[in-house]
Amino acid sequence: MAFLEIQDLKKTYPAPNGKTVTVFEGVNFAVERGEFVCIIGHSGCGKTTILNVLAGLDTASSGVVVMDNREVAGPSLERGVVFQGHALMPWLSVMKNIAFAVKSKWPQWNAIQTQTHCQKFIDLVGLTGAEHKKPAELSGGMKQRVGIARAFAIQPKMLLLDEPFGALDALTRGTIQDELLAIVQATHQTVFMITHDVDEAILLADKILLMSNGPRAAIAEIVENTMPRGRTRHDVHHDPQYYRIRNHLVDFLINRSRQMQSGAAGARPTTVRPGLAAPGDAPARAAANVINLKH
Amino acid sequence: MSAGLIKSALLSLLFFVVLVGAWHLATLPKGERAPAPDEYAKLLGKGAKKSAGFPTPAQIGETIVKNLSEPFYDRGPNDKGVGIQLAHSLGRVGLGYLLAIVLAVPLGFVIGMSPLIYRALDPFIQVLKPISPLAWMPIALYTIKDSSISGVFVIFICSAWPMLINTAYGVAAVRSDWLNVAKTLEVKSLRRAFKVILPAAAPTILTGMRISMGIAWLVIVAAEMLVGGTGIGYFVWNEWNNLNLANVIFAILTIGVVGMALDLAIGRLQKLVTYVE
Repeated sequence: MAFLEIQDLKKTYPAPNGKTVTVFEGVNFAVERGEFVCIIGHSGCGKTTILNVLAGLDTASSGVVVMDNREVAGPSLERGVVFQGHALMPWLSVMKNIAFAVKSKWPQWNAIQTQTHCQKFIDLVGLTGAEHKKPAELSGGMKQRVGIARAFAIQPKMLLLDEPFGALDALTRGTIQDELLAIVQATHQTVFMITHDVDEAILLADKILLMSNGPRAAIAEIVENTMPRGRTRHDVHHDPQYYRIRNHLVDFLINRSRQMQSGAAGARPTTVRPGLAAPGDAPARAAANVINLKH
Repeated sequence: MSAGLIKSALLSLLFFVVLVGAWHLATLPKGERAPAPDEYAKLLGKGAKKSAGFPTPAQIGETIVKNLSEPFYDRGPNDKGVGIQLAHSLGRVGLGYLLAIVLAVPLGFVIGMSPLIYRALDPFIQVLKPISPLAWMPIALYTIKDSSISGVFVIFICSAWPMLINTAYGVAAVRSDWLNVAKTLEVKSLRRAFKVILPAAAPTILTGMRISMGIAWLVIVAAEMLVGGTGIGYFVWNEWNNLNLANVIFAILTIGVVGMALDLAIGRLQKLVTYVE
């Protein structure tokens, strides 16, 4: 069994007309220990709901999530979350925001232990010198760094990131992506991340889950990142594989995400390796990759 | 000090001078009356020297100096210094206000946390809130049988509503993001209440406390006029019965200054807990 198993996850909401709306169903996937997984899909397909279910903040209508051989029921310190809107407490300084998390995990620590630990993670995300600033005094990128430091500081078994860089400008985003990549690779952290950014997914993820459009969304495909680890923002686009993967993802988002809906419950999504011989319909994939996209 | 501040201060001073000047002109003695015979003046004693009617600014100035030079004298039940009267009023307000904090803030917390309790208590709050605190006075006097404590009760009643409602609102409006952070960190409910919800709701709670203090200070004057005995409200009423308008005006000014000081003090407190998002 994989480190994280998601089986037959389904979420329904009651609609105003008395019927129920199925946001997604038959969602199946697995994440191995140390793997970086990104999920891509259009708004409304339920990505955030899936992440919230993994975090324990939301419950699925049916299906199970098993992490490390235990079913996920409710939030836990074993899973750190980086929220979309950073969710820092504005009345606390950077240090105290992180210390709040650290004290939750290790309440028995004394002040010096807590502070040393917090400082380590503040340094890690490059915020040395800003320890005593309030979130309002920080830029958007710095706030998100604090959010990342807070999640890493409790050393969770799994890190969940909900579009952490969505609100940042391209330059800042690039820098923080590099930092995140470096930290994740140094700590062998298992990560599940939502993103809208195809390039971000290719740079960061080992595996990219493609979600079809909602309602009744499902994981349509799992794209394996065939480029070796140790990618950087500067050289990743020199790899010929980069464009094959990118075209595949963009093609999915633009064309195919609409056509697919609701995988049969229980079915495993196919794993594809764009540009490389994939089991099954390799010619069709190859054809899809030739589509020239103006991006 | 910035140029803007100096300008506004100068303008304030100008308004003050204009106001006092107009007052002075309005209260100038009108025409020379034929001097009363000496015997008559002796009969009237010092009273004859006083100009009748509304006191002039100069007389008010005199009264202020006189009252402030001896604020704590006590010559029987109807003749106490303004300091003693103020202390009585402040004591009642403080006690009633403290009682309101102790009861209304925790109750507001519970209401804010639980939509069920909020809906259950809402009709009571809606009916009780608009009642003038003074309307409670007969009930308070009948049940408590002590005028001073009845005053405290009235202050409690009128301070409690803004605190209760603001606390409930502040607690209910805590951003779900922060609560989610607490959840994912498995924060226990007591720690969550004190470390997340309380600081998040503190600015709103303090706003309620500031409104409460304003109302309490308005109400205490009326309550003390009603029950009598001691306090700045009673002082106003007593001086009115003495037909000493100068003392009445002095008392009004005192009430204003003390009210402002109370508001400033809570405003300072409010600044301490306010955060920028």
